[in-house]
Amino acid sequence: MVNVNQNAGLDADRPRLNLNHEKITLETNGLNLYYGDTHALKNISMQIPSQRVTAFIGPSGCGKSTLLRCFNRMNDLVDSCRIEGEVKIDGEDIYNASVDVPELRRKVGMVFQKPNPFPKSIYDNIAYGLRLQGVKSKRTLDEVVERSLKRAALWDEVKDRLDDNAFGLSGGQQQRLVIARAIAIEPEVILLDEPCSALDPISTAKVEELIIDLKESYTIVIVTHNMQQAARVSDFTAYMYLGELIEYDDTAKLFTNPGEKATEDYITGRYG
Amino acid sequence: MIRRWFKSGDPWIWLIGGAVSISVIMVIGLLLMIGVRGLGHFWQPPIIGATVTIETSSGTQSRDILGTIRTVETVSAQSVREAGVAVPEGQNFVDRYLFKLGNRDLTGQDFEWFVADNLSEFRRPEDAIQLQRREWGDFFGYLEAVTQDGQIVAEGEAAFDALKERLKRANDIMREIYEIERFEIGGVNKKIEQQRLERRRVELSNTLSEEEKQIRYAEIEQAVAEFNAEYQVLFSELREVRERSERDALIARTADGRSVTIPLAQVVRATRANTMGVGDKLREYGSRFWEFLSEYPREANTEGGILPAIFGTVMMVMIMSIVVSPFGVLAAIYLREYAHQGPVTRMVRISVNNLAGVPSIVFGVFGLGFFVYFLGGNIDQLFYPEALPAPTFGSPGLIWASLTLALLTLPVVIVSTEEGLTRIPKAMREGSLALGATKSETLWKVIVPVSTPAMMTGLILAVARAAGEVAPLMLVGVVKLAPNLPVDGEFPYLHLERRIMHLGFHIYDVGFQSPNVEAGRPLVYATALVLVALILILNLTAIAIRNRLRERYKSESD
Repeated sequence: MVNVNQNAGLDADRPRLNLNHEKITLETNGLNLYYGDTHALKNISMQIPSQRVTAFIGPSGCGKSTLLRCFNRMNDLVDSCRIEGEVKIDGEDIYNASVDVPELRRKVGMVFQKPNPFPKSIYDNIAYGLRLQGVKSKRTLDEVVERSLKRAALWDEVKDRLDDNAFGLSGGQQQRLVIARAIAIEPEVILLDEPCSALDPISTAKVEELIIDLKESYTIVIVTHNMQQAARVSDFTAYMYLGELIEYDDTAKLFTNPGEKATEDYITGRYG
Repeated sequence: MIRRWFKSGDPWIWLIGGAVSISVIMVIGLLLMIGVRGLGHFWQPPIIGATVTIETSSGTQSRDILGTIRTVETVSAQSVREAGVAVPEGQNFVDRYLFKLGNRDLTGQDFEWFVADNLSEFRRPEDAIQLQRREWGDFFGYLEAVTQDGQIVAEGEAAFDALKERLKRANDIMREIYEIERFEIGGVNKKIEQQRLERRRVELSNTLSEEEKQIRYAEIEQAVAEFNAEYQVLFSELREVRERSERDALIARTADGRSVTIPLAQVVRATRANTMGVGDKLREYGSRFWEFLSEYPREANTEGGILPAIFGTVMMVMIMSIVVSPFGVLAAIYLREYAHQGPVTRMVRISVNNLAGVPSIVFGVFGLGFFVYFLGGNIDQLFYPEALPAPTFGSPGLIWASLTLALLTLPVVIVSTEEGLTRIPKAMREGSLALGATKSETLWKVIVPVSTPAMMTGLILAVARAAGEVAPLMLVGVVKLAPNLPVDGEFPYLHLERRIMHLGFHIYDVGFQSPNVEAGRPLVYATALVLVALILILNLTAIAIRNRLRERYKSESD
């Protein structure tokens, strides 16, 4: 059994992750989350820099997806869920009663583990978010659909069949479609919840390429089981275990020279 | 050995397979029987002549008969003897024939049983004719002559051709009479009735002064006088056309030698069955089948067509669908998406499911009490006071029948819609919410469209149940004979308050309530066939729509 250090990421003989030169988009302070009686997130405080890729790694059930879902209040859908502490986007607490949740979710897009296109045409899938905002102009929609699909590197594959049902696409194409759908509404942040776990290696490579590409414009947070993936795409990595943030550091540093024994065990495969 | 066989599970497969085959065979047998008997009814059988010889104590009596054979069956000699028919000793079984002899106006009965031993000299006389008449059922006999104004114009061989030709004219005139009576005179009568109601309305009015009332009365009287004059004109026109229709007649001889004169206006169709080839019979078959589908019934529903019943059934099912779909779908959406999933919701759900098990006649009683008497009665009080005490909506009618059926089928729609909503993957909802959609946007733009196939499934089940339901309808709007279709050319075109005919009730009525059971029996099968075909068509249409929706909203969850 690994030794869980309560002062995660604050090892005395090691400088704490310094994000002073980064612009901070997401921030949590003393975040605790409970599902009924289960304490799922324990006192999490972290800062996620703007226009970088931040990865959450950790074994199943460690709370990394739950943490991700705090950023766009997806946990609201769970009846028994209760939250303490602060979650801030650009300095504003998103759990404030005055926050408009649909508005927040427009700012913080999300891509799920399994591709979940709507059973509509490819075009309508991309246009969905804009139409919700009341955009009716065919020209605007056409432009955005094309731009988003190009941005998601899908345009060349689907430009001739925009009216086909999105379920006719392959899994990898569907996942890129969902990403295109998310960026069509110009969010600030994109949350990716194990986006490649249902994909084959080639599709995975394409999505990873896309993620690196997208960080120029968006703040990206990715949850992944695949440590190579975290190493490949992310700038910063957080290791979580049993609802606690064990270590949060520069990706290169965390994978080559982890500050915690627990992290080292996990990334070298000695865990469990 | 046996034990091992049992352990292998094979016996269960055999048991299940056997049960399934028996069910399938029974269903196919049912459809075959209805199909064969129903469709066979329109085929023209040969006209058989025979001699009946009966030995009685006073000597041997013999007479000729002419008609078509309906059935042949073998019965025990004992039961025939008990019925008073002499059968030679030593014979245990006898064959007996059921002949359709027609000529009810002359003999008092259409059908008669004959023991085979008493029949001899079967023949198929070429000059035998069968007439379908507007009254008194069929006529069988030998055509002798065709007359015009009492003068013979054709005789012998030429008579049948002359008959055919003049019959066409007579039928055209009858249609003309029908149109005058129904549409023109009917229209005038309706206008006069409206004036009467208008007068009553003025009488009941509180806002008009006495003088104004008098003025209105005078206007109404004038209008009525005008309509009466119009009526007189139409009436004399009708009398003139009637006279024209009485021009032609035919003279025929019955099998027992009586000579009969039948006006052509009485004849619907004439066939000389024994000279008809297969082509002629097929044409006759088509014509009769079309008449069955497209005409009004005659002779206490035992002849003519079933158009009003088909029409009534379809209208009722359509209105029911229009009512039940939104209610069922909204209820299901509320229960599944918005209601707090607690004991109350569970109770509601259990109640809805149990509602499906309530005997349909109970719904009929409820419909009569609530819809007809309470709702209908109040509508009459509020909107049609001038027609009281005659009810308008306060009596059974199409709308109440449809609403009762909608209530009856509501659980089916709710349950299948709810199932459809439950099956939608959570990821799809989250996908929509994550794009900034509100709950209701997600519901109407993603969830409801995707679950339309499930809603259609509910509607299909509802239609199948509703189209076949009879018991509650007898209380809330279905009658033996409805003179008017619920849709016609008169404002407001759709008459929801009218009573309707219904195929299911028609089957019951013709089969069990008819004065002439033998004549009605084939119609029972034919009507049943139409009912089954109708339900099949309605269902196939709905299934086709559902499959298109499924194709459109197909997702990996299907």
